[in-house]
Amino acid sequence: MGYTIYDKLWNEHLIRSYDDGDSLIYIDRHFLHEVTSPQAFEGLKKKSLKPWRINANIATPDHNVPTTRGNEFSIENIEDNISKLQVVELDKNCNDFGIKQFNINSNNQGIVHVIGPELGLTLPGMSIVCGDSHTSTHGAFGCLAMGIGTSEVEHVLATQSLKVRKLKNMRINFEGSIQEGVSSKDIILYLIRTIGTAGGTGYAVEFAGSYIRNISMEARMTICNMSIEAGAKVGLVSVDDKTIEYVKKHSNLEANLINDAIKKWKNLTTDKDAMFDKEIDIDVSKINPQVSWGTSPEMVIDFNEKIPPSSIFSAEKRKSLDLAKNYMGLSDNQELSDLDFDKVFIGSCTNSRIEDLREAAEVLKGQKVSENIHEAIVVPGSGMVKEQAEKEGIHKIFIDAGFQWRAPGCSMCLGMNPDQLSPYERCASTSNRNFEGRQGNLGRTHLMSPKMAALTAINGRIVKEI
Amino acid sequence: MKDFIEGIVAPIDRDNIDTDQIIPTEYLKSIKKFGYEDYLFDGWRYKDQGRLGIKKAERKINHEFILNNSPYDESKVLLTRDNFGCGSSREHAVWALRDFGIEVVIASSFGDIFYNNCFKNGVLPLKLKKTEIEELFSLSTDNPVTISVNIKDKVILFKDKLSIYFDLDDNLAERIIYGLDEIDITLKDSKLIKKFEEHRKENNPWIFE
Repeated sequence: MGYTIYDKLWNEHLIRSYDDGDSLIYIDRHFLHEVTSPQAFEGLKKKSLKPWRINANIATPDHNVPTTRGNEFSIENIEDNISKLQVVELDKNCNDFGIKQFNINSNNQGIVHVIGPELGLTLPGMSIVCGDSHTSTHGAFGCLAMGIGTSEVEHVLATQSLKVRKLKNMRINFEGSIQEGVSSKDIILYLIRTIGTAGGTGYAVEFAGSYIRNISMEARMTICNMSIEAGAKVGLVSVDDKTIEYVKKHSNLEANLINDAIKKWKNLTTDKDAMFDKEIDIDVSKINPQVSWGTSPEMVIDFNEKIPPSSIFSAEKRKSLDLAKNYMGLSDNQELSDLDFDKVFIGSCTNSRIEDLREAAEVLKGQKVSENIHEAIVVPGSGMVKEQAEKEGIHKIFIDAGFQWRAPGCSMCLGMNPDQLSPYERCASTSNRNFEGRQGNLGRTHLMSPKMAALTAINGRIVKEI
Repeated sequence: MKDFIEGIVAPIDRDNIDTDQIIPTEYLKSIKKFGYEDYLFDGWRYKDQGRLGIKKAERKINHEFILNNSPYDESKVLLTRDNFGCGSSREHAVWALRDFGIEVVIASSFGDIFYNNCFKNGVLPLKLKKTEIEELFSLSTDNPVTISVNIKDKVILFKDKLSIYFDLDDNLAERIIYGLDEIDITLKDSKLIKKFEEHRKENNPWIFE
């Protein structure tokens, strides 16, 4: 019997198994940011330990950084003293231990999951961890990538390994061609809506099928990124020519080394006769643009559908649905297109790559942001994305339309920096979580694709037709 | 050693309680591992917006929220439904529960990363069947009840009225009982890790560039 790509990656990294069912796996790459690392570094210092392999670690501040900063900005200029302290701590810890950091002034600073692949630091076959649940993004490259807690960050720093239990295998086969106006964000939102936010819990989910083979690496990253919203901490795609082309373009490895590597990477695919614990087939040709209406990423409907009445759900679910409607200021059978929006956010580790910005810009060309929208911001995922967009003139399209063109960071996805919603403000957001208060206390988030967010910016509402 | 926990059950009848609800991002700005007790369920516990450093005494309390009312303010057991702790990897969610005094969380399922994080901090996440969860809800919803959790025997007891046996791997139970330091344990395998690393470097040099 053959192996799944997850099985192959697992076997490749397995140091030892314990009697109790746990295993120790080797960690190739460890990304760090300012929010989930300070307590880990403190623990390391208390134990008088040093990072096991310095070069495995790459750090960048992304969650707290102000996006209104210009070229002359320094850490000292962060107005929120508590945020500043976190960014300073990362700086200090990286200096103390000699860890490579793309600091706030670096051209390569950005959201950790955006910079990894584009700087060639994410390579197929790697095991990758980070104190951030969206580490699943790197699975798009045939990596064993997952989010970990701070205790595990400390464990990885100290031992270059992680104690984990092997996950079960699930495969999602996305077949068919998508309709016009539909993007990878719609596909992953549709999946979460279908299997629920716990649908992938306990599984490593491989995304496969003709749809996955046909889309770009950026689109694959968007899908793997949100596998955690479907409950799966590992989401991944088998390696193919597209993976290798992307890596060749972004890697700084010497030619002979990369040629050796490619031979190995080509084996990072699921064998034809591999068995999955669960398999789901989805026909993507029937999927419409998706918009979240509630406070969980499974509360999603087609852009032209009505808010589902709670009565059609089980008694157990009903309470959560009613609470969500109350929080979001919605009633049963209301049209999404009836809602007035206040803000638009294009960014986050889900949708801040160059393709996402191109997708939104195409809609915004020659258009203006509605007067009802009092803030529309676009936050490129990294310095490189920003530079590329500026080279293509995309930033001008955004600015001319009335968007603010910002500096890279996580920004309004979670509002740890000043980019937040005020109470009751309604936001069209390309991010990944619509949890209560996620974008600001009492703020109301609707998740959607960059294209839908751009259309919402122009119309001030969700459009009825595309 | 902690193999027996006894405490009041606080029922929160909701599924998909995410880590943003358990502790909002504002409090993730702390660089400390302790001191999160006043920020647990911040959005539900208070009627005003908080900030890191603010104390409970300075806040507008939402008296409708269960953990604000006696005797639930001293609960050690949280009872909830599906997919508790879904969302982000923030260990702060577990630190907030621990600092408040919650030692056991009972749910029908948990977010994977949250579940792992619990065992690093002496908080026991217990997965029970939906029927058992229902039973506990009907027991604890109208009146405060004190249950005991025996981790060694893997059983929940309420007087002589209820006993629920639960599944928990021995190694996980031991982590709660003895509070073992995992880094120390793993470092005993240093030689093995080193050997594995050398072998990996030889076969995959590009990873080590």
